Amino acid sequence: MAVIRDVMPAFELFQPASIEAAQEVLDRYGSGAWVLAGGLDSFDWLKDRIKRPQALVDLMGIPELKGIRPWQDGLEIGAMTTLTEVVRHPAVRERYSILLEAAEAAASPQIRNQGTLGGNVTQDTRCWYYRAGWSCYRAGGNICYADTPEAINREHAILDADRCVAVSPSDTAPALIVLDAQMVIRTAGGDERIVAAQDYFIGPATDITRMTILRPGDLLTAIRLPGTWGGARFYFEKVRDRAVWDFALVSVASAMVMNGPTIERMRLSVNGVAARPLRLEAVEEIVRGKPRNEATAMMAANLAIEGAQPLKFNAYKVPLMRNLVKRAIRGVGLPQGQAALGVSKGEAGTWTS
Amino acid sequence: MDVLTWARDPWDQPILSHVSWDLLWASLFAGVAFLIAHASYMVLSAHRKRHAAETDAMEAARGHLPARIVRHSLPARLFHWVMAASMFTLLMTAFLPIVGIQFAWVTWHWMAGLVLTGSILFHVVHATVWLDFWSIWVGPRDIPELKAEVLRELGHDVPGPKPGKYPLGNRLYHQAIVAAGLSVVATGLFMMVRVRTPFFTRDPYLFSDSTWGFTYVLHGLAGVGLVGLVIAHVYFAVRPDKWWITKSMILGWITRRQYLEHHDPDRWTVGDARGTSTPL
Repeated sequence: MAVIRDVMPAFELFQPASIEAAQEVLDRYGSGAWVLAGGLDSFDWLKDRIKRPQALVDLMGIPELKGIRPWQDGLEIGAMTTLTEVVRHPAVRERYSILLEAAEAAASPQIRNQGTLGGNVTQDTRCWYYRAGWSCYRAGGNICYADTPEAINREHAILDADRCVAVSPSDTAPALIVLDAQMVIRTAGGDERIVAAQDYFIGPATDITRMTILRPGDLLTAIRLPGTWGGARFYFEKVRDRAVWDFALVSVASAMVMNGPTIERMRLSVNGVAARPLRLEAVEEIVRGKPRNEATAMMAANLAIEGAQPLKFNAYKVPLMRNLVKRAIRGVGLPQGQAALGVSKGEAGTWTS
Repeated sequence: MDVLTWARDPWDQPILSHVSWDLLWASLFAGVAFLIAHASYMVLSAHRKRHAAETDAMEAARGHLPARIVRHSLPARLFHWVMAASMFTLLMTAFLPIVGIQFAWVTWHWMAGLVLTGSILFHVVHATVWLDFWSIWVGPRDIPELKAEVLRELGHDVPGPKPGKYPLGNRLYHQAIVAAGLSVVATGLFMMVRVRTPFFTRDPYLFSDSTWGFTYVLHGLAGVGLVGLVIAHVYFAVRPDKWWITKSMILGWITRRQYLEHHDPDRWTVGDARGTSTPL
């Protein structure tokens, strides 16, 4: 159904210089307005002529949405900060290396130069039935074409599907969840609302037409990283079909604080398996106080995949997720039973294969 | 205001998708408008009631009747409240997300739908076997009562049939709720085949796209219709002059005086205190 055309549908382009000015336009056009960050999600929609907004609000000219600055005991990253800026920032590298790895795993260098952190976490799903303009649940219809007997659904959800089986494509989302990031939202009414990263993403059970809690008129302005997990032992791994410029089939992110050989506390999140990045709280709880070894990792990994319901072509995601969770707990590349013990904070990122 | 929502099938043909949710607001408006109109009429009009002296005389003449007349048996009351709870859950889970209160509603919705289905099946069997099945239905035989009721509502003191066990408005409401309820249950059961439940293997192709479209539209129409009907029902349930009926749905009985005041003893005959029973 979708045909790539050279010319996008006509729209009014607004390039406000402040958040207030942007929200004034959003308020004026309501559901006819479209927020443009880096454009890497938006221009697909527009060139395919699936979305036909009346007004495009380009946030690139708003200085307060850009940059990385200290915030309390952590960092505040403007939503329009590019992924490359995130990757290159020394404070991110030093204390939040998992975000660096996740951002660096996104797409290609050119796309990271243009793509923003806010856009990466707010982008729409890449389910091709939906992106092609089919009248599926997510598009307001009454069927999921990806969950039919003959559907091509290799990349779709194995967990938390509710009518729609699309998955979140964000690479940075699981990293932000394990860092306990706070999403700063300027609501349509002008108020500031702060939500935990894990609550920023919503699944189809709650709202089948949205990926995040943002409502028309809302803007994600910044992402705050508290010091809670700063400098923890991190693990990030993204499995994809090719080494670069591809979305995750499954990704895993974890932050761990050790007490000798014992796991004192842990944060664990996976993506590519559900319509929103999942924080695996049951797994976090079960590994608390346990030794970091193969047995603990295996027990946690088996728990992680409980309830998985693969579709026709994505059953491989079940063992893939199980193994990634296992690796996130016990580490890789080190002798079994001693995995990563004694590895210093800065080395955590080198585990990623 | 849109009434229906259309989509495109994989062959790019237009197909019905579901009702426009504008209809929810229309049904809410209709329900509230009816409520206001009826309440205003009741306040402003001199509503006819059976004269106290007339009721006194009837009570004296029928002193053999028990002080408490059973109006709803325990199974009937249980059905009513189970159905009410499931209907309330269905409406909340269906429409709160539409008005912006979002939560994971689908599982609660079909579970409540199954409870409603079960309660309706029970009610059909119970009413058929143990109750006077036809006492709740409306037919040509009710035209004289309709005529008399309309004239009474308009302030005329006319002779004519008084209600049997169920007032005419009550029975008309029952007809409407049967139509809407059965539509929503039948379509809802088929729609369950499209979501993941422990009962069925999902089959999105049970019907053609256009048949599914009609199914969703009928489900939606019945659903928004039920919003207005439930508003009207709750309104009558809480009206002070109807509280005696609501109370009977809780306790199961009405007083002898209420029986004689609001019903035609010849059309709703009850067993007397001496043990003699007459058909309900």
